Amino acid sequence: MLSELPLLSLVIWFPILGGIAVLFVGDENPSRAKVLSLTVAILSFLISLPLFSSFDATTAAMQFQEFVPWIPAFSVNYHLGVDGFSMPLILLTAFMTVLVVIAGWEVIQYRIAQYMAAFLIMEGLMIGVFAALDAILFYVFFEAMLIPMFLIIGIWGGPRRVYATIKFFLYTFLGSVFMLIALIYMYNQASSFEILDFHKLPLSMTEQVFIFFAFLLGFAVKVPMWPVHTWLPDAHVEAPTGGSVILAAITLKIGGYGFLRFALPITPDAAAMLDWLIITMSLVAVVYIGLVALIQQDMKKLIAYSSIAHMGFVTLGFFIVFGIERHTGSLSGATMGIEGGMVQMVSHGFISGALFLCVGVLYDRVHSRQIKDYGGVANTMPIFAAFMVLFGMANSGLPGTSGFVGEFMVILSSFKASFWIAFLASATLILGAAYTLWLIKRVIFGEIGNSHVAELKDVSTREIIMLSLLAAAVLLLGVWPDPLTSVMHASVDNLIQHVVTSKLL
Amino acid sequence: MNFVAPDFMPVLPEIFVLTLTCLILVIDVFLEQRQRHITYGLAQLTLLGAALLTLLTYSQAPVTTMFGHYIKDAMGDLLKLFIYLASAAVFLYSRDYLRQRNLFKGEYYVLGLFGVLGMMIMVSAHSLLSVYLGLELLSLSLYALVATDRDSPVASEAAMKYFVLGSLASGMLLYGISMIYGATGSVDLQVVADAVGQQGANNLVLVFGLVFLVVGLAFKLGAVPFHMWLPDVYQGAPTSVTLYIGSAPKLAAFALVMRILVDGLGTLQGDWQQMLIILAVLSIALGNLVAIAQTNIKRMLAYSTISHVGFLLLGILSGTPEGYAASMFYTIVYVLMAVGAFGVVIMLSRSGFEAENIDDFKGLNDRSPWLAFLMMMIMMSMAGVPFLVGFYAKWVVLQAVVNIGLVWLAIVGVVFSVIGAFYYLRVVKCMYFDKPEQSEAIEMSRDTEIVISANGLLLVGLGLYPTALMAWCAAALLN
Repeated sequence: MLSELPLLSLVIWFPILGGIAVLFVGDENPSRAKVLSLTVAILSFLISLPLFSSFDATTAAMQFQEFVPWIPAFSVNYHLGVDGFSMPLILLTAFMTVLVVIAGWEVIQYRIAQYMAAFLIMEGLMIGVFAALDAILFYVFFEAMLIPMFLIIGIWGGPRRVYATIKFFLYTFLGSVFMLIALIYMYNQASSFEILDFHKLPLSMTEQVFIFFAFLLGFAVKVPMWPVHTWLPDAHVEAPTGGSVILAAITLKIGGYGFLRFALPITPDAAAMLDWLIITMSLVAVVYIGLVALIQQDMKKLIAYSSIAHMGFVTLGFFIVFGIERHTGSLSGATMGIEGGMVQMVSHGFISGALFLCVGVLYDRVHSRQIKDYGGVANTMPIFAAFMVLFGMANSGLPGTSGFVGEFMVILSSFKASFWIAFLASATLILGAAYTLWLIKRVIFGEIGNSHVAELKDVSTREIIMLSLLAAAVLLLGVWPDPLTSVMHASVDNLIQHVVTSKLL
Repeated sequence: MNFVAPDFMPVLPEIFVLTLTCLILVIDVFLEQRQRHITYGLAQLTLLGAALLTLLTYSQAPVTTMFGHYIKDAMGDLLKLFIYLASAAVFLYSRDYLRQRNLFKGEYYVLGLFGVLGMMIMVSAHSLLSVYLGLELLSLSLYALVATDRDSPVASEAAMKYFVLGSLASGMLLYGISMIYGATGSVDLQVVADAVGQQGANNLVLVFGLVFLVVGLAFKLGAVPFHMWLPDVYQGAPTSVTLYIGSAPKLAAFALVMRILVDGLGTLQGDWQQMLIILAVLSIALGNLVAIAQTNIKRMLAYSTISHVGFLLLGILSGTPEGYAASMFYTIVYVLMAVGAFGVVIMLSRSGFEAENIDDFKGLNDRSPWLAFLMMMIMMSMAGVPFLVGFYAKWVVLQAVVNIGLVWLAIVGVVFSVIGAFYYLRVVKCMYFDKPEQSEAIEMSRDTEIVISANGLLLVGLGLYPTALMAWCAAALLN
């Protein structure tokens, strides 16, 4: 019964249609729009749960497939399906959207129906990105996401929102158009836009290098990797809390996911040749961006830079596989690198989302994001302080929290490739702890900084609900990551097989 | 000498439009100003009738008649249907605008219909002579239309400029035609094609003629470096006329290029391909770059037109049936977007107020969320952001170019379309992120509102399901 439902289509289109419905309920009746959005968000999360419960973890094949010819002239199909990589990310998306709707509940005063609708439509499009198995369908969802996010930052953002949102849009747009040309080029070779057919397509080294760079440009901007990361701090600082949460928790993951779905399996030889480039970029992100985060005065900017540093771990984990093979001649440990990257993506989704929500909680009360405007928040907001300290610990990778699992796995596997890579990567444990704990110290602890802080009221039930949901997720994944790693084992093994098989003619 | 009557059946839509237009011209003389809506209604009926006739006689196989001067084929019929559709929308959108400015006269509709007739002849022309006749009928109607607002010095200047440069272009075209005639001994495109096939590119006169033809066509299309007239005319003409110039004539111009370059001089593809590459690259680059600097929305859309022309040339220069189909799809989609964009501009104008500047869009989301939404869809579609049909148009054209191995050309195209996205985003920014400078509600008559909504939603709908229109274009060109 359940397996016959077009589950993925439902998960994609239900929130989009729900979002349109919210638009029609309109600005005149904000409370009804809010209730409707929450219902839609919760229902879409519930609909997405069977993806996890009926998921067959023993196979790397695509599951819950749907196939309808869409543009037969170019053999483009509406082809959906999930494997161990995309399924957890879809659940993450549906989960975070619920939180974002709750987070915007009382805070957004201006055109709340449009706000909620933008997030619901965004949810559907992001799930579409993860579920698409046709390259054009993927690209369509990938680009279409830009419109709601452009509006979210631009309408409800801070003072420099216009600059930030246009920068965000153009940066991402520029990154992805080259990918479109690469996809068209591969279509000419393969006569198909199926991503899985691209995986089997033999390509010469020159072709692979060009295609790899096209993907790199598209996905590195999304991740974002150093040096194309500069849009992210701007976008984060100006975006409303919900926008920051979705940006950090989901859209960054789309870049990482893109590497797994496209760059690694389609151009393995180019990736093997150029892995030093990616690893260098990742390590620069971990070390240099970590240092940059240390000196930030703005809380959101600090978390934004910390996101870049943590995403550096993800790309490091994905590309360490070639180093392991070269150094040890075997593939043991490679699985751990990719799985570590995936765990890091999911965990970072929770942690960065939670930290942005925490900043949002403070900002709603004091209307400042500057660290110097706070101090001693623990005295007036004890419950909130507990949450923020927990998420801060998770962000610095404390064992027992989800932040530890991914980082540990990646560091462990990079030891197999090279001591120095592992050494530099481990620097994050120090740097991450430094900038996060120093932030916590200056904001939460110490004497009450000023009269604003003295008048602070502790978190409301609504805020407790959303923070405790995230706290549960962070702790659960920290002590028991097995449900997450076990669903992706088969897919990771399959990916590694693709990656080590040369596709040269 | 016996006169054999040609088969008039394929020409029925043209005869119908001509007859009714003459009839409207006569009727209009006897109408009072307050009865002017009758002229409007009759004009719409003419378009509807022509559409029905075209649909009824729609056939896949090409038929030539009028001693080889006229061809009826699937491509022509499809383009004609969209010409009617676009013109009908133009007539509707401009009605209230003209009324508020005391320009609501029969001439607008009669000239508009003569222009439609000219376009129909261009689309169905099968000889260099009938191509030229159709083109001149359209151009002369347009010159007069631009000047309809007699008291406006800007409009008169635009009309004058348009007339002088347009005549120059027609002269170029005619000169090229005469050389082709000299080299091949005929104006019939079939005979020309056969003769060119035998002589090849070695005949210098032929290649010279081709150069003049391409220059003339580039003028009419508005491709760089022959684009100078376009921004001035778009800006200077009354918005109702800009709407007209910016929409359906692009379909006719596409047909013009197809008939002359592909049907007539297809063998010289190697020669015209290089010329078109230069035109396309320059148009895409200059159009997108200069549009960024504009503050006047009509002028901005004019430069955006130039860049879109560059894109549609990409499809044609690929020289494959898929490329032509892609180009045709692009043209049709572009016309739908242009009608919508200028349509929204016209809606924002009220009596005594011209919405001319991008700033006039400020805070449109607060004044009319629905109109702002439609305009956003149109702008995103023009920028080529998916789920909107503009993306598929760009995609198929790029596909055609990559197919013939010109990957660099595709890269040039996408890089400049990213640059171009900026000025479309700026319009969205004004509508959604800025506070309104004026608070007057936007009044639209019921029918206008329905049609502009359908227009905007069509871009979304075609974006979700572009297959039918794509397949239709492909089918029309596969004979």
